[in-house]
Parts: sequence; structure tokens; C-alpha cells
Amino acid sequence: MSATKITAKVVRQDQIATDIYSLILEAGAVAVNAKAGQFVSLYSKDGSNLLPRPISLCEINKDKGTIRLVYRVVGKGTKEFSKLREGDKIDVMGPLGNGFNQKSKRAILIGGGIGIPPMLELAKELKCEKSIVLGFRDETFLLNDMNRIEGEVYIASEDGKTGVKGTVLDAIREYDVKGDIIYACGPTPMLKAIREYAFENYMEAQLSLEEKMACGIGACLACVCKSTEVDEHSHVNNKRICKDGPVFDAGEVEL
Amino acid sequence: MTENYNKKARTANVNGDTGKNDDNGILEVQGNNDDTNDSIIKSTEISFAGMGVDIAGVKFKNPVTVASGTFGSGAEYGDFVDLSALGAVTTKGVANIPWAGNQTPRIAETYGGMMNAIGLQNPGIDVFCERDIPFLNNYDTNIIVNVCGKTEADYVEVVERLADEKVELLEINVSCPNVKEGGIAFGPDPKALESITKAVKAKAKQPIIMKLSPNVTDITVMAKAAEAGGADAISLINTLTGMKIDINRRSFSVANKTGGVSGPAIKPIAVRMVYQVANAVKLPIIGMGGIMNYEDAIEFMMAGATVVSVGTANFHNPFVTLDILEGIKKFMDEKGIKDINEIIGCVK
Repeated sequence: MSATKITAKVVRQDQIATDIYSLILEAGAVAVNAKAGQFVSLYSKDGSNLLPRPISLCEINKDKGTIRLVYRVVGKGTKEFSKLREGDKIDVMGPLGNGFNQKSKRAILIGGGIGIPPMLELAKELKCEKSIVLGFRDETFLLNDMNRIEGEVYIASEDGKTGVKGTVLDAIREYDVKGDIIYACGPTPMLKAIREYAFENYMEAQLSLEEKMACGIGACLACVCKSTEVDEHSHVNNKRICKDGPVFDAGEVEL
Repeated sequence: MTENYNKKARTANVNGDTGKNDDNGILEVQGNNDDTNDSIIKSTEISFAGMGVDIAGVKFKNPVTVASGTFGSGAEYGDFVDLSALGAVTTKGVANIPWAGNQTPRIAETYGGMMNAIGLQNPGIDVFCERDIPFLNNYDTNIIVNVCGKTEADYVEVVERLADEKVELLEINVSCPNVKEGGIAFGPDPKALESITKAVKAKAKQPIIMKLSPNVTDITVMAKAAEAGGADAISLINTLTGMKIDINRRSFSVANKTGGVSGPAIKPIAVRMVYQVANAVKLPIIGMGGIMNYEDAIEFMMAGATVVSVGTANFHNPFVTLDILEGIKKFMDEKGIKDINEIIGCVK
């Protein structure tokens, strides 16, 4: 645990798709200690929005001490963040959570919607053979960044305009994507389906979950998920997504 | 784990880290680097002289504690705040057996606050005694154990288990709005409240604090019932029952449908209730409800609170308790207040 809270400086921000923004922050120790699959809490300056917003790390640059966050505007807090410009300040706590447990196995990285950004940093960190499968509703984003990574990129979209029409699993079947381990982040129905797929194919899978959070550090017990094993904190099979996760082995949680 | 936390806390204390921003607005990396598991723990260098208060014979070095449920048993926040700086740590409610709590979503943000329906998830008194009490006893702070239950017998069982434990005070949570039993059964009924106060008091070795629900018509009736039952102190307010609806999904924002509203949005109600209770009973009061800064803390003390609890604000700023302590000290210095007790209930 090496999280800290800092006031970070905005390096730049760009809108990269409808309601999707890319924010680069000078974040010192937060960047230096971070790894793929972890997240940060961003704090609103508006006192009416008290709770920090958990946002996954899209890229980490330890040399420059910067982090890149790609997020969707979904409410008042993210709306405020989307207005940040170069030189602005924002309070950040992190890195939080456990991140992916990276294995030297042929990997399939699966991102769905706003679950795609953490897959970029993971793809950069994983030095083994890998395939990247991305699922979009309609509009795509981060494709240029993903295409720069070594490894095939496969796409599914709900409207069929890009790649296979359907889900990420449709793309995996269509293109016969093979691997020994799955790393995934995305909406719960997608993760449920991937969990089933991994079990059926005797594959290892790591899933990054999300839930409404308050403290972000494991104290308030808001963001729990059902776990198959007894949890360390309360001994009631409720693991804390912020502290014990957000990445879990597929067999460790019930979705 | 415990030794590790303790070591880090002591180191942070010695360094006297104040966590001030440098010119770049980037917080300097502080704390020790003597193990790979280090973190940045903020402490304070202020003297607590003149800040001491007393609740039922228990001395507090300063009047700041945390509200139950917002701070766990201190382990998680201990990575950010030197727990020894606090007047007390008030722990998350503990029952006789583990409770799994409610379904998710358990929280929702509300304007100037939040709504929670955690449902008192806790590991039960056995784990609490083995793990959490020894952990907290590594720090120089009072321990207030929040006790929850579904029946009177549950509360008494927990209180009896705590009798020989090294904890300073027990806070009896008869006011949680998010569990079907316990909170609902005792909170708004003065006769039931007096009865459970008596039952707990008969077995308790530590002074007992009855935590009152604000979800009543007249808070003074409840305070008087707790006093009649033999309570040593009163804490208030617990959260206000609320509801939030997600209009896009046509569903409730928390799975429990209703939740307890906390945060600065409810502060004026809490200050009013602390004032009313201070003028209705002779018991010392631990005041809480939306305290975000030292001004809020002083407001509660002037209304009649001896100790103040910081809750939701911890989520907004994990260092807030230390900021509040430093703010109170500055206020005392500026106003020439030699003893914090001077201001308790000073507004009549």
C-alpha cells in the first residue's frame, strides 16, 4: 500500500469521443507507485460533490511522473473534470486497489466501453504474446493508441459499424482468438459472460469490477462484491472492490 | 501487519510531517522508506495543551474523534493519518456475530452529502477483539467501540465480551436506519430505549454512550429516556433516513431503497439537536452530523458538544481530522481561549 493524496497539475486534456475525455496529470508519487489495473480517486472542487470519483489508470509514465485518465462524463463530478485545462490543479489520491496480477502466459485483453482504458496500460506492461479485444457500443476511441501496441487488435461493436457486430465474445469466436489467460474490464454483463467463457474453456481470467465507492481505501464497506472465499475484513464473503480488488480472479467472485 | 502500521505511525510522528504543498502544488513525498510497503502518514506538530476534555471520567487529549462506520477500525485510515493524534477512534459497529450487510449499491451521493445503506457489515466481536482492539491499542488514543445488535440480548452479549477488553467507552448504536431490527426497534421508542440502556448499563464495565436517531419528532424525549436508563453520555446525530431515485433507470439509488443521509447538508439539523439535548439532560454529548472543518466543529461545541465526530468528511479528505485539530488550535490562539472547555455550550 503506497497510496497518497496529492494536488496534481493538469498537463493536458482532450475530448477524444462523445463524452469521453483524456486527461494527463503530473502526479509524482502516484505515477511512480502505480501499475496497470489500479485506479485513482479524483476530488471535485465543488463542495456539493463530496465523494471522490474512482477512475482507472489508462497510462502511467513513471519517468515523467504522469498518469493518463480516460473517462466518460456521466454526472456532475466528471462534468467538472472535463473542464480542466493545462495548468489547472486537482486533488488526486492513489494509486488505489491491487491492479492486474501479470502472468507470463499468452494473454487476451478484453475491454468493453469505458472499461477499455485500463487495458492500454496493461497491454504496454505485458511483455508476452497478447491479443486485444475491444467492445464498443458505436463510436470508437483509443484505437490509435491500441494499434501502436504489439499484438493483434480485434473489435466488436453493437451497431456493427466497426469490427464484428455483437459483443467481445462474438469477436473472440469470429476471429478464433486464442490465449491462456484473460484480463478484462467492462460492464458487469460482459464480465459475467467472460467469466462463463473462461470456465467453459478452462482458462484463467482476471476481472476488474466496479461499484459505487465512498472512501476508496477499504474503510466504508460500500463497494463490496460477493466472494466465493471468506473475505479478510469482515469474514462474510464480501470482498471490497476498492481494496481487495478491483481486479479479482474469476473464480474468486460471484457476479 | 499490526507491527508494520505501528512502526510507520511512529516514524511519521517523529518526522512531524505536515503534508504542506510545495510551490509546484505537488505534495512532497514524505515518510519513511525503510520498507517497500511504506506509505505517507500525516501527523501534526501542534500541542494539545488546553484541548483536553472529559466524557464520563475518560480523559480525551483533544475533542476530535471520528463517526462510527466512516473509519473502519482505523487500519485503512492509519495509512494516511497518525491515529495517535485523535482524541479517540470510534469503530465501525460490531455485533455478536458477523453481519454480511445489505446488497449493493450501498451508497449514493446527494447534494452536499451522501446516503448510505451499508447495513452494518462487520466481522463480529470475536475477530474484533482478536484483531482490531490490539491494533488500536498500538496508538495513543481512546477507543470507543460502537456496538450493534438485533435484540437486547445481542447488545448485552457484545458488551459483556468487551468488559475485560482494553477499550475506553462503548457507544450503543440503537439508531442505525439501515437494518430491520435494532435501529428501528429501539431508536424511536423512548420506553425501549430506556430499557436497553438499563440492560446494557447493568453489564457494561466501561461508560456507555447512547447514540440517538434524529428520525424522531422530539429528540429531547429520547435523550431523557437514555439518561433515565443510566447512560453516561449521548452521541448524536445518526443519519437521517432518506431516499434517492435514479430517474434514468427508474430504480432506487441504493438497493435498500432508503438510506441514511449524512454530510454538510444535514449539519444545521444536527447542531439544533445537539443544542436541544444539551439543554434537556446533564449528560456530556458527542456531537456529529456534517462536520467538514474546524468552524463546524466549534459550532457543535458551542451548541453543547464536549467531543465532536467527523464522519463523511473523511471520504472527501482523509486528512480532515488533522486539519480540524489544527484549525481548532488556531481558533483558540486567535481568540485567546486557554481551555477548550470554555466554549462547550457557551451559546445559550
